[in-house]
Amino acid sequence: MRVDWKSYNPGAFYDETISSPGFARKHARRLVSYLRSLKSDEVSNRKQAASLAIKTMGISFTVYSDAGNIDREWPFDIIPRIIPRKEWDVTSKGLEQRVRALNLFINDIYNAQKVFKDKIVPRDLILESGNFRKECMGIKPAFGTWAHICGTDLIRDRDGLFYVLEDNLRVPSGVSYMLENRTVTKRVFPELFENYDILPVTDYPTKLYDTLAAISPRRIKNPEVVVLTPGIYNSAYFEHSFLAQRMGAELVEGGDLVVQDDCVFMRTIDGLARVDVIYRRIDDLFLDPSVFNKDSVLGVKGLMQAWIKGNVGLANAPGAGVADDKVVYTYVPKLIKYYLGEDPILPNVPSYICSDKKQCQHVLQNLDKLVVKPANESGGYGMLMGPQASTEEREEFARKIKANPRNYMAQPLISLSTAPILGDRNVEPRHIDLRPFILQARDSYVTPGGLTRVAMVKGSYVVNSSQGGGSKDTWIVDE
Amino acid sequence: MLSRVAERVYWMARYLERAENTARLMNVYSNLLLDLPRGTKVGWHTLIDISGVNKEFAATGRSDDERSVVRFLLSEQNGISLLSVLAMVRENARTTREIIPSEAFEQINDIYLNIREKSAGQVSRSARNLLLEEIIVHCQQLTGMLEGCLSHNHVHRFIEMGRYLERADMTTRIVDVGSGSLLPDLNLDNKTDGDSNEPYQDTLWMSVLRSLSGYQMYRQNVKDRVNADDVVAFLLQDSEFPRSVAFCLERLKGCINGLSDNSRALRQVRKVVRNTRQAQIKELLSDGLFQYIDDLQVEIAGIHDQVAKTWFLPHT
Repeated sequence: MRVDWKSYNPGAFYDETISSPGFARKHARRLVSYLRSLKSDEVSNRKQAASLAIKTMGISFTVYSDAGNIDREWPFDIIPRIIPRKEWDVTSKGLEQRVRALNLFINDIYNAQKVFKDKIVPRDLILESGNFRKECMGIKPAFGTWAHICGTDLIRDRDGLFYVLEDNLRVPSGVSYMLENRTVTKRVFPELFENYDILPVTDYPTKLYDTLAAISPRRIKNPEVVVLTPGIYNSAYFEHSFLAQRMGAELVEGGDLVVQDDCVFMRTIDGLARVDVIYRRIDDLFLDPSVFNKDSVLGVKGLMQAWIKGNVGLANAPGAGVADDKVVYTYVPKLIKYYLGEDPILPNVPSYICSDKKQCQHVLQNLDKLVVKPANESGGYGMLMGPQASTEEREEFARKIKANPRNYMAQPLISLSTAPILGDRNVEPRHIDLRPFILQARDSYVTPGGLTRVAMVKGSYVVNSSQGGGSKDTWIVDE
Repeated sequence: MLSRVAERVYWMARYLERAENTARLMNVYSNLLLDLPRGTKVGWHTLIDISGVNKEFAATGRSDDERSVVRFLLSEQNGISLLSVLAMVRENARTTREIIPSEAFEQINDIYLNIREKSAGQVSRSARNLLLEEIIVHCQQLTGMLEGCLSHNHVHRFIEMGRYLERADMTTRIVDVGSGSLLPDLNLDNKTDGDSNEPYQDTLWMSVLRSLSGYQMYRQNVKDRVNADDVVAFLLQDSEFPRSVAFCLERLKGCINGLSDNSRALRQVRKVVRNTRQAQIKELLSDGLFQYIDDLQVEIAGIHDQVAKTWFLPHT
């Protein structure tokens, strides 16, 4: 196969690489001509080398079922996606601004609740949210930070601008794949790196460790930071273990931890050892069986009390998810203005809230044009893709919305931008999004780029890896 | 170091050692059968006996012909076969990925995927030998990699403990083979005169040494022709041969010494050391070696019990 750009045509969508068929965007010119220069067998060799690298490096995500565990190799396309640094610098500021406002908002919800008194956000909307944790009322975590690690999904519409699609403030995953994608690209395309000044992504684990260490209640030089995983049967286990390894932190399971005198300890071969900060990768409701889900075997009894007493740092803090509700999302631009007095740098995708009567009416009348999302699902589940749905599906959704309007919001079908993937015969356009990761505690950090997710099926908008999505290395390039 | 992690790296190392030893045993055994005269009543079942998996094999209800035995020990998903053992190496490595060197994990992953592919379906005799040799080389590469990349810390100690416990246990099993207790039928159909068996006895003892890559070291060390007395003494008591029981115990002691709260485990190791050192090989060979080895195996298992009790997570 040789790469032939003449037949590459993304149609009406914004393409990351070309401005019109045959014309590369300025930042992508060297990439485009390099790929064109590759001999036929070289293209397929590189593709094979990448999939082999992924296999031996054991970069996987796991789908476990009754029939046994399927450890799937991470789906990866070898053509990197390039974003000019100038554009990224603005985007990065916008992300940092957004997470700052979200943290002020969460802290406000669990403390003074000024945002309700000032009628910015309806009180009921928050208190009825499935992610609101009354157990967290009155708690003041270090730096007022609740969401220390945030993954915000960005998309580009036809106008070529970035819009925020959603914020993930609970246990966002994907950052390990961002790092491994770079490693694989370096293995298979080292020549490409000679043509570009690419911002490195490798310091993420160090920044993550610094963020976590900053919230240690004990002010000691090397606080004991651990990553709490639900275990090998979790689909993101690879990432948990990867991050622990890169931070030099212990990867612990619930059974490794024990709470005594409201302090957290881990069971080691030398007896119990004090734990200062837990980067928990299990959901709120499984954290502590004495407070939340009583049947949870993943969590640690007494953990909440230890946290409340200030004897252990938890990232992200329990209850942080209250702000990543898809209905709360619609208020974020207002919240930025309210808490920071600044205009939002990054726009939201225009959205309709079903709890608002007028807007709900509009949604119900335009179900065939809209995407409807439930407030609390993640991974792309439970959505209605209006334009592609059948009449029955739309009717069923209308019933669901009427029964529980608070639980739904709707957005016009946004056109995700496209980027070329290496198909079986040639480069082909596929829709993509971008998940950058934002760290916040004493300092803020935004990953240069993030994880570009690709809907590998032609025409599809579904980028989630659990539903057949793939990914690309993402380059922020100095021009 | 987390107790859970200690347990997993320990088992990773045990299974890795077991995979290598099983591959050696199968390889040598295939060769041994070719050396023995036709009519010898040594069957493939002996391989099942040595591996100590009689019950499990019997449960399959299959006859003990070459094909069944080899499949049982090579590629079936039964928790015993080489492939199952390698899968357990990988699973334990996967759950401790954050602490073992990443190139070691890549290697483990690679071995497993490779062997799984090659052992699927029918494997011819010659392909089998190549495959077994490949496994042995891979396992040794991995052991070398762990030696070369891993700091000699607690992780390393638990890896060594797993390796040497498994190795000591396997060496006792292999001595058992040579001792004749598992080969009662070496007497050939057409010969009743004991002396005429001798060349085959030698062949047998040589195979025993070869299965432990010990033939060369034995010759350098013992300088006498291969004979039962010296081979058994070499495999049980030699302090320099890395597969002898005495050597393994010495390394185990070294690891345990570096850990806290080690008195019970040390006591058990010392007990086994004493029993190995004081064994009267000549007398045992004429009578009682089988029982002696059996007891030794129980005592080695006792070391594992103490290790688990002291340092692993309590199983609830």
